[in-house]
Amino acid sequence: MDRAVRILVMGINHRTAPVELRERVAFDPEQARRAAAELTRSAHVGQPLLREAAVLSTCNRSELYAVPDHNAAETIPALRDYFAAFHRLPLAVLEPSLYVYQDAGAVRHLFRVAAGLDSMLLGEAEILGQVREAYQRAFANGTTGPVLNRMFQGALEAGRRVRSQTALGAGPMSVALAAVKLAEQIFGRLRERTALIVGAGTVGEQLVEHLRNRKIQHLLVANRSWERASGLAARFHGEAVRWEELSRVWARPDIVVTSLAVQEPWLTRAELEKAMAARGNRPLFVIDLGVPRNVEAAAGTLYNVYLYNLDSLAEIVEQNRRARQQEIPRAEQIVEEHVARFEAWWAAAEMVELLRTLRHQGTVPDAAALEQRLERMHELSPQERRDLRRTAEELLALARLEPEAQLRQVPALRERVRRLDLVRDLFGITKGTV
Amino acid sequence: MPTSIAALLLYAISLVLYLWLLYTNRPWVGVSATTLLAGGLLVHYFSLMERARALDSVPYQDLSGSLSLFAWLLALTYLGLEMFHRQRSVGAFVVPVVFVLALFSTVFTPHQPPAPPEAHSTVFALHVTLNVLAYSAFAIAFVLSVIFLLQNRMLRDRAPGRTFWRFPALELLERMSRSSVAVGLLALSVGIVLGLIVSRDVRGRFWSNDPKELISVLILLGYTAYLWLSRTTRWRGARASWLCVINFVVVLFSLTIVNLYLSEFHRYF
Repeated sequence: MDRAVRILVMGINHRTAPVELRERVAFDPEQARRAAAELTRSAHVGQPLLREAAVLSTCNRSELYAVPDHNAAETIPALRDYFAAFHRLPLAVLEPSLYVYQDAGAVRHLFRVAAGLDSMLLGEAEILGQVREAYQRAFANGTTGPVLNRMFQGALEAGRRVRSQTALGAGPMSVALAAVKLAEQIFGRLRERTALIVGAGTVGEQLVEHLRNRKIQHLLVANRSWERASGLAARFHGEAVRWEELSRVWARPDIVVTSLAVQEPWLTRAELEKAMAARGNRPLFVIDLGVPRNVEAAAGTLYNVYLYNLDSLAEIVEQNRRARQQEIPRAEQIVEEHVARFEAWWAAAEMVELLRTLRHQGTVPDAAALEQRLERMHELSPQERRDLRRTAEELLALARLEPEAQLRQVPALRERVRRLDLVRDLFGITKGTV
Repeated sequence: MPTSIAALLLYAISLVLYLWLLYTNRPWVGVSATTLLAGGLLVHYFSLMERARALDSVPYQDLSGSLSLFAWLLALTYLGLEMFHRQRSVGAFVVPVVFVLALFSTVFTPHQPPAPPEAHSTVFALHVTLNVLAYSAFAIAFVLSVIFLLQNRMLRDRAPGRTFWRFPALELLERMSRSSVAVGLLALSVGIVLGLIVSRDVRGRFWSNDPKELISVLILLGYTAYLWLSRTTRWRGARASWLCVINFVVVLFSLTIVNLYLSEFHRYF
């Protein structure tokens, strides 16, 4: 008898597939619901392929978590075909990128994903929310069952613990976020602060987004051309400032973000010195995102001026990346703890089912044999027949009582028959049924 | 003395938790650190009361008692500051000082010289307590200023370290330092006035030109200058923090050299 698969995950992620392929096999919420429903309904291949199913789809991964319904040997190829067909892709295109993990491997995979250990950006926070959403969707849709419920709850728990107990998610990992975090180290909360945005680029726009998320009070937007400035100001919900009038607003901003495409620094030390005088030397955080640089390097030595350029911010991000990597062993350890916890639960749950089957298997044939005997014993009164039946049942129950009690009460024994394959083989129980 | 040992133990555990908090940032660690510090304060209070009853005076006459009182007021001031600004990351720097002071106070076994007659009055007790409170507030402002200067250095060098992100913002450090100095100034002003009253009762005159009196007024002026300058164009930021650090050096000078060698009537405070 080959070993049956009881939990599996099939999918692709940023490591196995390029973004073009990932985009083609992404499931939107509606598709995720439909796929899980189709796979757990009997309509698909006559008999339902899966007992439980949940789809996790983010921009970096598309994964199908499944509990096969019956003899699971054919489930994997069938699931593979379904995956390809669902996205109208030839299997040959999908297959090289597809990975499959089984049982404890599948559990560990989900737990690592939730912890941010499998993310493209190590330790990122969003994935935990995405796992939660995927689970809630599948749960609401009724495609999860005891196994996946427990597994996803365990994953969320592991993810939360990794976040709170390790520094895997600590320290900003993007230039824009690093800049905003630095601003917070200088000013504290940014609610009552003003930022001046000069020019615009990708990083600059991310930065503005972060500033707006932190409810910065004012955004001033300046550009060499008035049209550009007013256009950007409208987009950022800020206030446009004319280039010629820039020197007049210097008292206002606490944070300056500049990303102009210029050959020579436009913000000189002398200019900043005037600005600092205008603002009574209140701290000024200058973020120079320009290449070549927008701000004269010497300006960084001015009192209460904090000047950062793209290189210095990138260096901080790199340091944080290294610090996060040092946290991997601790995070993996937490994941392993939770995997072990899940496996213990799983073994116990399977045992309960097994005992139920054992009882059923013992009773049915014995009861049939007893009936045959009773048929032949004509001299018995109905009362005696009833008594005899009950006695036989009690004797059978007694015979099973010992191993049942042992399995329930002795953890070490449970550990030994954890997979329960031995017991199954002994009693000739087919695996699909348990 | 069992109560002082118990207080010491609580401070020690609290100190470990504050240090750990700097690395892990787990909320329960912070809450436990604060709780244990508060517990230490309470036990320490009973220890101080025990000693005060035995002396029938504020414990100030011997090194052990004065260090103990200082440690207690330092912990108290810090706890107040922590609650007011809702900021725990400074604990890792203040609680070690509390612990060392409390440790010294238990190590130097008190021989408890009998308190002089003037030491039994309420005014005298308030004078000592308020002045020690002022010094503990200044000690905290000193620690905050040092953290400010370190963090300011890291920011300006563009080299934030790993625990850097756990420190309070520069602005908050400044505000905490200022409020701490404000409390200290208030306590010191009232404490000095009470001291003058004690002086009149004991020596028949308010002012005796004692070095301790002079340096106390200097300290008062120094911190007033800090409070004022820290909001001006030229001084705000690192320069004001340096001033705060230097002021505390003067305080230390007053508490050591002046008390031991120069003053006629102050031994430990």
